[in-house]
Amino acid sequence: MPQPFTELTACAAVLLRDNVDTDAIIPSREIRAVAKTGLAAGLFANWRYLPGEGRTPDPMFILNDPAFRGAQILIAGENFGCGSSREQAVWALAEYGFRVLIAPSFSPIFYRNCLRNGLLPARLDKEAIGGLAEWVRQDPKRNQPLVSLAAQRIQISARSWPFEIAADAREALLEGLSEIDQTLRLREQIALFQLADREKRQWAYHLSPPAPPEGAGD
Amino acid sequence: MPSTLFEKIWNAHLIAEGSGGGLLLLDRILLHERTGGVALQSLRQAGRRIANPAHVFATMDHVVDTRPGRRSNALGAPRNVFIDVTRREARAAGIHLFDVDDERQGIVHVIGPELGIVLPGLTLVCPDSHTGTQGAFGALAWGIGSTEAEHALATQTLRIPRPKTLRVSIDGALQRGVTAKDLALHLIGTHGSSGARGFVVEFAGPAVRDLDLEARMTLCNMATELSAFAALIAPDERTYSYLRGRAFAPDGELFERGLAGWRALCSDPDARFDREIHLDASEVRPMVTWGTNPQDALAIDAAVPDFPAVAGRLSMPAYRRALEYMGLEPGRRLQGLPIDGAFIGACTNSRLSDLRRAAAILQGRRIAPGVRAICVPGSTRVKRLAEEEGLAAVFERAGFEWRESGCSLCFFAGGESFSPGQRIVSSTNRNFEGRQGPQTRTHLASPETVAASALAGYIADPRLTPE
Repeated sequence: MPQPFTELTACAAVLLRDNVDTDAIIPSREIRAVAKTGLAAGLFANWRYLPGEGRTPDPMFILNDPAFRGAQILIAGENFGCGSSREQAVWALAEYGFRVLIAPSFSPIFYRNCLRNGLLPARLDKEAIGGLAEWVRQDPKRNQPLVSLAAQRIQISARSWPFEIAADAREALLEGLSEIDQTLRLREQIALFQLADREKRQWAYHLSPPAPPEGAGD
Repeated sequence: MPSTLFEKIWNAHLIAEGSGGGLLLLDRILLHERTGGVALQSLRQAGRRIANPAHVFATMDHVVDTRPGRRSNALGAPRNVFIDVTRREARAAGIHLFDVDDERQGIVHVIGPELGIVLPGLTLVCPDSHTGTQGAFGALAWGIGSTEAEHALATQTLRIPRPKTLRVSIDGALQRGVTAKDLALHLIGTHGSSGARGFVVEFAGPAVRDLDLEARMTLCNMATELSAFAALIAPDERTYSYLRGRAFAPDGELFERGLAGWRALCSDPDARFDREIHLDASEVRPMVTWGTNPQDALAIDAAVPDFPAVAGRLSMPAYRRALEYMGLEPGRRLQGLPIDGAFIGACTNSRLSDLRRAAAILQGRRIAPGVRAICVPGSTRVKRLAEEEGLAAVFERAGFEWRESGCSLCFFAGGESFSPGQRIVSSTNRNFEGRQGPQTRTHLASPETVAASALAGYIADPRLTPE
């Protein structure tokens, strides 16, 4: 179940590269298990660690800068999360501790994956992001943005910016609702729709049955 | 009201509509071991059931071993776990499974069409970003995440924001030696990697009608690199004859009834699109990428751009970074750039017609010394057919490695990679940093260009390879 999200004031890390793809967020080799956890150490591994076998942090990478330790907000560039649809990118960000991503734009699959995992993706225009990033960089420990989902605003000392989010996505994030449970409330409506559809499009339902589930008997 | 092809499919599947978009009925769910296993496993752990197992198909493609005569599942731990879990969960769930040794196994976007799982007018999802490939059949097919896959499996529906519509009308005819891949790279080069964000793209026009289904799949495959939500091509006689007799396609009278509905699946003459793009196919030349994003695509005889030419799209640091990563300098011509590797395969270009066209160039020739060239058929069936008609022998005699089917070196999760610093011409769809192995330099191109380059030992124009 996703964690509910209402508002957060936290340290923000600034990574203003455009087109950061999911391979960069979590390289394929860092996905070692069929699980949604165990991914935080591999987050941004190509940039976070120096080349070579060990995990020597690259001091030039933002997340290795002590000033940004414990960041829960990531301020990012255009088209963040593009590339492969691997959801591990979102799980790795969430496991690392990020709760909010702020970028001018997100890749659509990545955006939806964020919402499904209780991570708030907030779109701000480039100018606002520039202002926000500059303010944060002045003193990352002290200059912590306030992100309010209830008010749909991001606030720093002197300024604030609104962001847009679809009403049901907002509600699901606020309440930490699982989307499956939301949909299963419509179970009967879905069944009726399917019944009528099966009449209309018999050809779409004509599929040979798979092998019966193991352990289901003969 | 005249409607677009997209609107017809959307409306036929719309169960409910809210501020977050539409709740759509799903006709087919495809899974692969890299993302599907985790969805099946966490669904079971949550105590939920699959709504309609007969409509769910799993294959093994991403991390399977593609070396000849593969015995094991993958190239070893930790990759085997993805195959093991997917196999176990698929069997327990009672869904269709095309295992490593199954003759129906292959890359998910190759076997979906090959087995007639995709049909015109269907909705189809898969936790894989290149799912839009299957829109070439006039189905609404789009890529999802693992959690969305759980939702799809548990409810046979998904809630999605309604995309806007973009029609790409392509007039004229492709020149000899220019392919759907070049067309796609040309479009991405012109409109950028965010060029179709939020849109479902319908490819239309005489040049699209002229493409066979496999070339249409290549075009739709690459729409992902325009950030399109999905891609669509209206079905026609070629589509129907491709699908007739496929394993999971309806047969007999049911096929005819399907056909009656499919013939109405096109955008009405007066239908309104949110955006329109026009393109003349005859202007397209063989394309190659120079940088680390598919939008860095240029005609093969062009030179690496200087900064002002790309300033609208790349920041100065990103531009410098791409040049440094690729080991290039502005003004360097792409044609003639020495290569270390050549790769033909992936969901973009690994079907029989792709292999035939590459083999026609390789026929009776040898690749240049020092080049490692690899061909990975997109499915076990493609591999078998290519062997039966003698294509495999052409590849092998030319010096290509001839592989078992899978995603293989399109990206290096399978456990193999090219070496750091190596320059590879590749028929794949992504040239991101590290995509084919750490520090590898990928140049995207058509299978013809890959074949011609492998022979020459440098990036070469396939139109110049003598007949």
